[in-house]
Amino acid sequence: MSLLEIEKLSLDIAGVPILNGVDLAIGEGEVMGLVGESGSGKSMTALAVMRLLPNAARATGRVAFDGIDVLAAPEAAMNRLRGDDIGMVFQEPMTALNPVKTIGEQVAEGIRWHTGASRADAEARARAMLDRVGLPESKFPLSRYPHELSGGQRQRVVIAIACALNPKLLIADEPTTALDVVLQAQILDLLRDLVSERGMGLLLISHDLAVVTDMADRITIMRHGEVMEAGETAPTLSRQEHPYTRQLARASMHVPDRKKHGPAAGGSSLEDLPPLLSVENVTRDYPGRRVSLFSKPEPFRAVDGVSFTLQAGQSTALVGRSGCGKSTLARMILALDRPTAGAIRLNGQEVSAMDEAALRPARRDMQVVFQDPYGSFNPRHEVERLVAEPLHLLEEKPSPARRREMVATALHEVGLSASDMDKYPHEFSGGQRQRLSIARAIITRPRLVVADEPVSALDVSIRAQVLDLFADLNQRLGIAYLFITHDLTVARAITDEVMVMHEGRIVERGRTGEVLDNPQSDPARALVAAAPDLHRALKRRMGEQGVA
Amino acid sequence: MTAFLAKRLGFGFLTLVVASVVVFAVMEILPGDPARVMLGMNATPEALETLRNQMGLNEPVLLRYLNWAGGLLTGDFGRSYTYSSPVVDLIGERVIVSLPLAIISLVLSTAIAIPVGIYAAARRGRAGDTVSMGAAQLGVAVPNFWFALLLIYVFAVWLRLVPAGGFPGWSGGIWPGLKSLILPAIALALPQAAILARVTRSAMLEVLGEDYIRTARAKGMPRRYVLWRHALRNAMIPVLTILGLQFAFLLAGTIIIENVFYLPGLGRLVFQAITQRDLIVVEGVVMLLVASVVVVNILVDICYALVDPRLRVRG
Repeated sequence: MSLLEIEKLSLDIAGVPILNGVDLAIGEGEVMGLVGESGSGKSMTALAVMRLLPNAARATGRVAFDGIDVLAAPEAAMNRLRGDDIGMVFQEPMTALNPVKTIGEQVAEGIRWHTGASRADAEARARAMLDRVGLPESKFPLSRYPHELSGGQRQRVVIAIACALNPKLLIADEPTTALDVVLQAQILDLLRDLVSERGMGLLLISHDLAVVTDMADRITIMRHGEVMEAGETAPTLSRQEHPYTRQLARASMHVPDRKKHGPAAGGSSLEDLPPLLSVENVTRDYPGRRVSLFSKPEPFRAVDGVSFTLQAGQSTALVGRSGCGKSTLARMILALDRPTAGAIRLNGQEVSAMDEAALRPARRDMQVVFQDPYGSFNPRHEVERLVAEPLHLLEEKPSPARRREMVATALHEVGLSASDMDKYPHEFSGGQRQRLSIARAIITRPRLVVADEPVSALDVSIRAQVLDLFADLNQRLGIAYLFITHDLTVARAITDEVMVMHEGRIVERGRTGEVLDNPQSDPARALVAAAPDLHRALKRRMGEQGVA
Repeated sequence: MTAFLAKRLGFGFLTLVVASVVVFAVMEILPGDPARVMLGMNATPEALETLRNQMGLNEPVLLRYLNWAGGLLTGDFGRSYTYSSPVVDLIGERVIVSLPLAIISLVLSTAIAIPVGIYAAARRGRAGDTVSMGAAQLGVAVPNFWFALLLIYVFAVWLRLVPAGGFPGWSGGIWPGLKSLILPAIALALPQAAILARVTRSAMLEVLGEDYIRTARAKGMPRRYVLWRHALRNAMIPVLTILGLQFAFLLAGTIIIENVFYLPGLGRLVFQAITQRDLIVVEGVVMLLVASVVVVNILVDICYALVDPRLRVRG
């Protein structure tokens, strides 16, 4: 008998069907990967196992954990199960911990509750657990509060809470999605070690096939609340018998078709042209925290003496871990922030020294696409108004008819139709909204688009389409890109050149393929080593699971 | 914490200085000659002039401001134009009524509102929530003087448990004084409690939707435990804000209730002073209220820091 058996689990929330006949089983000590795009019902399946579903949810079918009928068990029995036999790790480490309680309290609480241990004993066990997840006492005493910890450190605390009582099953719902690749690799290593050292079963939920392939013995693929395919990881993914599995795998490895562009294609002649963007020795300091009333606070240097140039039509990736200064640098390039020292020139003009009025032509030439396609639109405005927003940068205000025409062209260019103009943002899916942000960015015919993690909030199949769109616009309109990303797959897919940023400095720069295949600096090597790679993971799995 | 307090206190003092300038300036602009108020309509111009000189009303504005503000610092609020007694004494007589009244109402309203708000949030959408929030709606809508009349009728006229109005003072012991404050305190507390209960409920509901509540439940903590041990403290910030505002109101915004119960409180003092153009009393009371608001705000800020560790580090 398996540790967890889910049979024909169906679920609806206030009448809306969410899950439809889901079957899933996990044996003791087994790692099961649950993969699917957003809205496929992965998280709801996990919450059904914990019976922490929303109030309006109605579940039918059977969920049996270690002989207990989860859907029918009394609440008190579920309380005994949760946190003791089943632990759970969530996606968002920044909000998963109670901000007004110390990490010690939060780890010890469950131990005391389930074992009846004294405060001192529970704290000793919490201490040992925090040590185990890599938060040693010298730097992370029990009296620390969550806000004093970084995202990766908080996720370690959440893992400590989940594993404190050696549960038989650990459920990890997108445990690394909010973290950068290096942290992701560390957290996945930690989970892998804990699972094998304590013989726990693991239900790993992820949208990332590479991560799941790397971790899971078996894999279950979900779509629209139904299980599409399930089986051993390597055979399932290499044979790709189910069309959806094939679609998912292809989209994960998708590389847009693009002709070689930039300096290499045009020979050395392009390099003689004046650069589109030149960043000269730019530094940005932020005031640090005051240590005492009388000493001057030590400034924090977010960007440290960065210099580079971009040619017209060139696509460049700026990669680095979170907090390395890449977003600060982008803000300065967009003239949303000013450098403490150094100069930034667009078309030879120093944007870092201009006032807002003088910046208007420069702002026409550079636009931005943000990460979150949900948060970057005012929900009460129609698409026409949203996409036309940058038009106020034009010297002459276009007539209403001309304006509609320009919006229609921009929508057409990103693969939407002119009839979408009178809709509101909520009528579009995530991928379509990201197309809207791209339409908004290109309506002034900019020469440079800065894209800050433009596809990391999107599902893989949508991501593939949006990457194609970026490649196509680069080709057709000759727009240069600065892609800010921590995802090396994206960098590889869409850029000619890559710059690796680390602690405020650019530590490596070169042709994308060369840098990613043969990184020279330590930070670049760490990024490349940590990046999940489906090809590599699959090859390793196939060796283990004996598939030709 | 020391730096935090020093900063807060300094800022509070600055607020007082600015307020004193504004209060003084407004009183300068308002019509009404204190000398004429004191001497009546039939006073001769000579007598008026003499009195003005005597009161220093003919001095330059800046000098008069400095005299007044300097007096405030040393506890000398000047002399009432109508009663000719020191303003400090007038205020003092009233504060011993208004302050206990405000504190009792605040304690009452908090004691009612927070449990009701938590209860309603815990039973969201169910009968208990609907009934308690319906009652709160009624509490917000019905004016407090109507409650007051109802309370007088039931507890004073009908049951004869407490006096219907007036204040015997504290000299006869604490009990008689308290007895005459209990009905007005209830009348003041009910609408405040209604507002506070709604704030508590919505703050709790917001917190109960947070990720860390799910984390606590995933640890195996029962719903009730999570409500009290995880949610409540996080929901306290908006509640504290409203509490601070309510206390300031209770101290002086109670004129209607004071009139209904014939209580010699600050509200009536300031009302009489305004009708009699006794500007120096008005100025004194207003400055006292500003000071109390400043003090309450500092207390609220300290409570914020106690509740939420994230607010502690910022100096």
